[in-house]
Amino acid sequence: MTFLQTLKMKAGFGTDGLTKRKTVTFGDTSAVADGRMWSILSVFVLSVAWYMGSALELVNPIFWPAPSAVWEQFTYISQEGYRNFSLWEHIWASLYRILVGFALGCLIGIPLGFAMGLSQLMRGWFDPIVEFFRPIPPLAFIPLVIIWSGIGERSKILLLFFAALWIMVIAARAGVGSVKLSKIHAAYSLGATRKQILYYVILPNSLPEIFTGMRVAMGICWGTVVAAELVAAESGVGFMIMAASKFLATDIVVLGVIIVGLIGYAIDILMRKLEAKLIPWKGKA
Amino acid sequence: MSDLVVNDVSMVFETPTGEQVHALHDVSFSLKQGELLSILGPSGCGKSTLLNIIAGFLAPTKGTVSLASTELHGPGSDRGMVFQQGALFEWMTVAENIAFGPQMKGTPKAEIDATVNHLLETVGLQDFGDKPIYELSGGMQQRVALARCLANDPDVILMDEPLGALDALTREKMQSLVLKLWKETGKTIILITHSVEEALFLGEKLFVMAPRPGRIKKQYSLPFADAGLTQNPREIKASPDFIKTREEILSMIWEMEEEIMGLAATGTGG
Repeated sequence: MTFLQTLKMKAGFGTDGLTKRKTVTFGDTSAVADGRMWSILSVFVLSVAWYMGSALELVNPIFWPAPSAVWEQFTYISQEGYRNFSLWEHIWASLYRILVGFALGCLIGIPLGFAMGLSQLMRGWFDPIVEFFRPIPPLAFIPLVIIWSGIGERSKILLLFFAALWIMVIAARAGVGSVKLSKIHAAYSLGATRKQILYYVILPNSLPEIFTGMRVAMGICWGTVVAAELVAAESGVGFMIMAASKFLATDIVVLGVIIVGLIGYAIDILMRKLEAKLIPWKGKA
Repeated sequence: MSDLVVNDVSMVFETPTGEQVHALHDVSFSLKQGELLSILGPSGCGKSTLLNIIAGFLAPTKGTVSLASTELHGPGSDRGMVFQQGALFEWMTVAENIAFGPQMKGTPKAEIDATVNHLLETVGLQDFGDKPIYELSGGMQQRVALARCLANDPDVILMDEPLGALDALTREKMQSLVLKLWKETGKTIILITHSVEEALFLGEKLFVMAPRPGRIKKQYSLPFADAGLTQNPREIKASPDFIKTREEILSMIWEMEEEIMGLAATGTGG
């Protein structure tokens, strides 16, 4: 490979030897490289457009602030904090709520999903409950949750628990359902007990589905926590956005939005890396 | 001795439409320890049902299965299973898969390690112990499945089309491995296959089963499995005796298939 070709591969325009000789590429998704160069370019173009737009005063800063204004707010708030809390405390407040709510959702949801996958009684009993609550957006419960437990941590965590619970139940149930009967039979004729089959066969076999569920649940939780903080909170990134909007401080609003986007993105990358590490057999069996 | 006795086994079940299906009708046979039986038959003849009954995954509507004079109920580690594919545990390495049975029983680790190493060598995978299952070819995976079954030291090995998903060349190599393992371990083996050639080559005994109701239509005692231990498999399969028996069985199965098709066409089937 020439230097230029190597560079092209690295930049994600990759066309390896065989792909280059393919006469049909539209619809052949294996011939679509990740196009990392285009990603870099798209971020770059958007940044320049933002910068130029504000430098040429094309947009009223109340509608959309200049990048410099957002950056200034970032440096100021990260040193001085905002509304009694430092920037990191706001971010941690949101993250903490997610982590606890999500963990509780997994802790209850996964065993419940397993029970529903393995027992007729449990499936029959819980099916109407799960199917009823699943399609309701967790935000619809905000008024109730506030009445029950005020605007403190508890209400947020309860809401996030609700958001994660149904997703994890369904993921775990699907995971149990995906186990091949021949694997179960093999384990029985190798002398395994029911408990051993659950722990050594059914549980690992359902990890791919459970992990997919976790990724979805994480995304939903992150969105829900910000929205919940918009309604009622004293800290958190969502609270920051809401409080700033009351003073038309669009620069802080945009700063909050960027933080939400970046952290959500980072969480998903982390989950994907974790998935590749923990479930290397996914999609290969 | 651990003889396997299948006594008067019948299996009748009802379809959702209320139709009665006679999957097996009064099937009886016995195998001495160390015999290798292969079973052939058109689809729907109940050969898989029979294997599942012996394995203990299905309870027959009538009759009994006993091993070493003990009546069997439910699955147990005295009867190992080898499936067509997909029954290995992808989340474990090759060695961990093989160690599964002894580990579930709580065998000491040193003992398990020795068994696993010995078996890896026996099936020709000595350098693959630490590899994950999904990196192995189909033939290698079936080697692991055989080793995993042997690690538990069962009295009987039940094989449900273990070589069915392999390409022709790999399949021939695996047939020789099955013969070798059979001879070395002295296990009783029941093998279900769709390949007449495989059934003839591997089976000391061979049953041809017929459907509606599922039953043993014809039994053979064959010399080829013993010969396969010493002679070239290709020569055995090309010998006049082998070819004559193969054609006889093939036309028998063809006739049954045509009968089924004919019944279906005239609407008198079922």
